[in-house]
Amino acid sequence: MDNVVLDKNKLNSFIVQLRARHPVVAPVHRGYNRYVFDEVENGDQIAIPYIPTILPPKKYFMPQHETLIEYDTRLGQTLNVVVEFASLVIFGVHTCDLAGIQCLNIVLSDRPKDLHYLFRKNRVFIMGLECNDYCDEYASCHLMGNDLPKGGYDLFFTDIGEAFLIHIQTLAGQELIEDMDFLRPAESFHIKALQAVRSRKKEIFKNEVDVERDEIPELFERGFDHPVWREIGNRCLSCGNCTNVCPTCYCYDVKDIPNLDLRSGRRVRVWDSCQNEPFAKIASGESFRAERADRKRHRFYRKFKYHNDRFARYYCTGCGRCSRTCMARINLKETIAALKQVVP
Amino acid sequence: MKMEKVLITDSSFEVKPATIVRKRVLTDKEHLFEIRLEGGEALNHDPGQFVEVSILGAGEAPISICSSPTRRQGFEVCVRKIGKLTTVMHNLEVGDTLGIRGPYGKGFPVGILEGHDLLLIAGGLGLAPLRSLINYVMDNRRDFGRVSILLGCNTPQSILFGDEVDLWSSRIDVSFHCTVDRADPDWKGHVGAITTLIPGETIDPDYTFAIIVGPPVMYKYVIKELLAKGVPESQILVSLERHMKCGLGKCGHCQIHNIYCCQDGPVFRYDRIKNLRGAI
Repeated sequence: MDNVVLDKNKLNSFIVQLRARHPVVAPVHRGYNRYVFDEVENGDQIAIPYIPTILPPKKYFMPQHETLIEYDTRLGQTLNVVVEFASLVIFGVHTCDLAGIQCLNIVLSDRPKDLHYLFRKNRVFIMGLECNDYCDEYASCHLMGNDLPKGGYDLFFTDIGEAFLIHIQTLAGQELIEDMDFLRPAESFHIKALQAVRSRKKEIFKNEVDVERDEIPELFERGFDHPVWREIGNRCLSCGNCTNVCPTCYCYDVKDIPNLDLRSGRRVRVWDSCQNEPFAKIASGESFRAERADRKRHRFYRKFKYHNDRFARYYCTGCGRCSRTCMARINLKETIAALKQVVP
Repeated sequence: MKMEKVLITDSSFEVKPATIVRKRVLTDKEHLFEIRLEGGEALNHDPGQFVEVSILGAGEAPISICSSPTRRQGFEVCVRKIGKLTTVMHNLEVGDTLGIRGPYGKGFPVGILEGHDLLLIAGGLGLAPLRSLINYVMDNRRDFGRVSILLGCNTPQSILFGDEVDLWSSRIDVSFHCTVDRADPDWKGHVGAITTLIPGETIDPDYTFAIIVGPPVMYKYVIKELLAKGVPESQILVSLERHMKCGLGKCGHCQIHNIYCCQDGPVFRYDRIKNLRGAI
């Protein structure tokens, strides 16, 4: 694997040249402490460093609103099954969000495979960006093991002072940059600078909650009746913000949207949330998670236990978005810490 | 961002075109539809599985298959008018087309049931999915031991598949008992909850599989009676109702702890789910 160097004052040229081939999306500043992934035209529009964006890059992999089928009842049951996609480059993806994309990949390539998702994901180029320091107090990326890169990118950028060191992980990544003559091969002092960043990070990044990662399954194993679920359930507003902003939440609804002619229309997939009361309701009216505490607990168990049992991986990336966005100040780190407290 | 669009094949959301070839009004609320896939293709289902029924413009809904794979070229679904799709479906007539996805899920393990006594217990609309197994057993009757059917309904008028119920109750190789919650003056049968039928059953617990399909509230009371009779937990099978929105184990609506009812179920052994709070 190869490393090259991009001088920071050439970031603009880099983006402009990239954009000649594919649309580029990157973190953009949108008001105090608010960032979003959005299409950029040049390097100046990109906000680096940034704290996790309001929505994670999952919106490019699993759009909020996606057409699955186009129908016209005059053609009977002959349907157009479609994938909506864009060939694009996502620049500046933090390691927590790289882990989030990997989580989605695993679920949606599990059988029966979701071809709509898989088609789309293979047309996206991912350029990661290392966090040299914490974004804010909501993150728990070290606890979840996501403060360092673990694949999931074509190119990976680390800020080493005057320049970015770029790790080329894939051929696709190599091809994206091969005609950029302002990139220089990395020299040994660049690699040393990277190592310095990594050793400094070892000093900065510590478990954000007084819990070891391997301890988490057991906490959840015995924590089903822990009072913390009632406590956060009492505060929860059931707004679904936590699931919308979560990089690994993928629950969805499928519904038909007829056109005004009432003959043709689309079958669409939209994001859904297990925090909404009707989510687990059946036709006869029984709701299997009627209480907010039940639904909060369900979400936490999906992040730390159920998916771990199935896919041997935590479905919390430690990005902190759920805590950052919660209107009721339900905090993931505090919840895990509370779960560790043995109740008398 | 400008999105491009491409046609794909083999998507899990693709539907198989199908036609309604027969429609029977069972009650005001429940209609029976016989459906055939285009080109006469067999659905190739197991008793206890379900399909996603697609009606363009109305969407999709999971519906249990109520016919045995041993019968007819098509398959049957018994549809209660209760939501958007089912309301639209009730207005469909013979010759109308719809789309089918599936069959999905793990149905009744007929191979494991073979050679055992069967206690088949249905409450209300639960008779629809259980009928797929009942008629399978009827068509392979010698492969099973004693067969008992217990049916519980709200009122005599709400009994589904009345003609078949008469047939089962008159067969010498099946024991059939029915109870209603509320009788009318013409009702000569049993009155009371379905649990009241169980103590009277003669069961050889070691050789009996009890299979329960009914409304969510029914399970724990029926299971209690069965355990009192000595039926082992591993020989109690339940078919659980959840909202199987996608049928693909993804959308999350039917999730019970770490299992997806649509792919891991809907039929479960009681001992495998009894510790999952909220499952029963």
